[in-house]
Amino acid sequence: MYSYSQFDKDFVQTRVDQFRAQVERRIDGSLTEEEFRPLRLMNGLYLQLHAYMLRVAIPYGTLNSAKMRQLAMIADKFDKGYGHFTTRQNIQYNWPKLNEVPDILQALADVEMHAIQTSGNCVRNVTADHFAGAAADEIEDPRPTAELLRQWSTDHPEFAFLGRKFKIAITGSPNDRAVTKAHDIGLRMVRNDAGEPGFEVIVGGGLGRTPMIGKVLREFLPREDLLPYVESILQVYNILGRRDNKYKARIKITVHENGIERIRELVEERFVLQRAAFGEFNHALFNDIEAAFAPPPYISASTDAFDAAKSSDPAFRSFVDTNLSAHKNDEYAIVSISIKKQGDTPGDATSEQMRVMADLAEKFGHDELRISHEQNVILPHVHKSHLHEVYKTLQAVGLGTANIGLISDIIACPGMDYCALATARSIPVAQEIATRFDELKLEHEIGALKIKISGCINACGHHHVGHIGILGLDRAGVENYQITLGGDGTETAAIGERAGPGFSADELLPAIERLIYGYLEIRADEHETFLQTYQRLGAEPFKAALYPETKIAAE
Amino acid sequence: MARPFKPKVLTANRLIEGDVVYYAANGEWVSAHENAMFIEDEAEANDLLAQANAQSYLLVGPYLADAVLERGKPVPTHFREAFRTRGPSNYDHGKQAEA
Repeated sequence: MYSYSQFDKDFVQTRVDQFRAQVERRIDGSLTEEEFRPLRLMNGLYLQLHAYMLRVAIPYGTLNSAKMRQLAMIADKFDKGYGHFTTRQNIQYNWPKLNEVPDILQALADVEMHAIQTSGNCVRNVTADHFAGAAADEIEDPRPTAELLRQWSTDHPEFAFLGRKFKIAITGSPNDRAVTKAHDIGLRMVRNDAGEPGFEVIVGGGLGRTPMIGKVLREFLPREDLLPYVESILQVYNILGRRDNKYKARIKITVHENGIERIRELVEERFVLQRAAFGEFNHALFNDIEAAFAPPPYISASTDAFDAAKSSDPAFRSFVDTNLSAHKNDEYAIVSISIKKQGDTPGDATSEQMRVMADLAEKFGHDELRISHEQNVILPHVHKSHLHEVYKTLQAVGLGTANIGLISDIIACPGMDYCALATARSIPVAQEIATRFDELKLEHEIGALKIKISGCINACGHHHVGHIGILGLDRAGVENYQITLGGDGTETAAIGERAGPGFSADELLPAIERLIYGYLEIRADEHETFLQTYQRLGAEPFKAALYPETKIAAE
Repeated sequence: MARPFKPKVLTANRLIEGDVVYYAANGEWVSAHENAMFIEDEAEANDLLAQANAQSYLLVGPYLADAVLERGKPVPTHFREAFRTRGPSNYDHGKQAEA
């Protein structure tokens, strides 16, 4: 775990003190809302439908038990006893009071956390593969590079007022769990012919109003060149990007309008100057960062008890089948804790649950936790001999749901239950779908399926890359839901295709049921996933299942 | 041609708590939509909005929202405004808790 340097501490503390004074001046009337708004947004404080919302950064999704316990304390003392984990590996509090926000920020600073750059047209919290440092398929842990990017981007004066927000994601694995192709910049670690690790640089991806899959700007970039190269991209975007139209201001539009070749030319031109300006790569600094992410002191012990529990406890076996992933150490496993119990709000954890997860991390997980962009919590390093006890402890507080990657493991943005930008609700839709398929006991039979729901076109719920995407809209004053099919957020990223006319809130669940029953009928066998069937047969049979009346009319 | 004026309520969020509030006929800001002043005159609506904008020490983001009268009380016409009268649908953490 990276620990703050004195510089980091001083910087974060200064920002807390500044914001405390700004809040005081807002409350005593010296600042108008117009003057205060950009200041509060720089500190992650939004005003939503029913209350303020504070978005706290969890850099590259990594935290330890002390941080998680502090998040739980904040939920109890300043909020309503829970927090919401987001698709950008952040946590959001939905009910803070303005006059208490400086105290919350102080409590965060006390454990080396903050809410800086979680809003505004700046470089946002850098996200990373949530299995980083543990995954069996990983080339190298990408988090030292993510931390380097954090240090570089924090309060970078040239990029504090970009044309629009800017999101960077990074993965060290060929299997992309960080959705790098849907970010302004995606960094995928690859090896060159000499076997050295570097990055494939992807630019111009993004979802929202105009979804785009990112394009490869550089096939191989040595790590030593990363900061000058990324800075060159930002400089080109800062000058070339549009400021006349908010909806055309993201770098995806800049890339689309100018062409990837032109962008590459400009970036490479800039890069020559930037590399000279940056000078020698600071190996000592990077080695220090790398040391902070060194693998934990793994233990070695018999895993017989794990095998025995798997045979004797069927519920545990089900958990093992869905919620564990391969660790680079054979005796270990990566545990995904589902924050998606059927019927509950996706991504919401109570303070008690946070404390239990913190305790488990401390006792059995080398004190490490991760937040995934899929709104789940990860224990990245658990020895197999401890898994049964971890499972039973989770089960006791409603965290033992065995549904990772299944139909009820739904990404859902807060939607119009909280968000001021939303055009429809998403949480109740997720709750209904998850509850229904749990009742039907079909989840495991359906197998791997990603449903992603957004409550507006901004696509925080990543609906474009859901195997089934659901977009909530306002159609003439009524909530209406559009379905997209065949999206993919991995290394084979694809934007889902719109299936047809939208459905009312009442029609949506039956439509999803028809779609799933349709899939179960046409799949080649039980191993062919929804996405594979879609890729094999195309949209038509799925559309026929969704719109049976159209089929009859056509006949 | 100017479109006919649709009746409104004046709403905002409280500065400290962020709670949704409505302007009542007695000049106070209240939490229940049904106690909001039903504004049928466009000039009056704009005057009240201007006054609310001047109360930035108390309020954030005042605006006029469409409403109709039902059994003599103002009711929102759009689902977004209906949600604001009660709170989120996943927990009783909003105004539902007060009801």
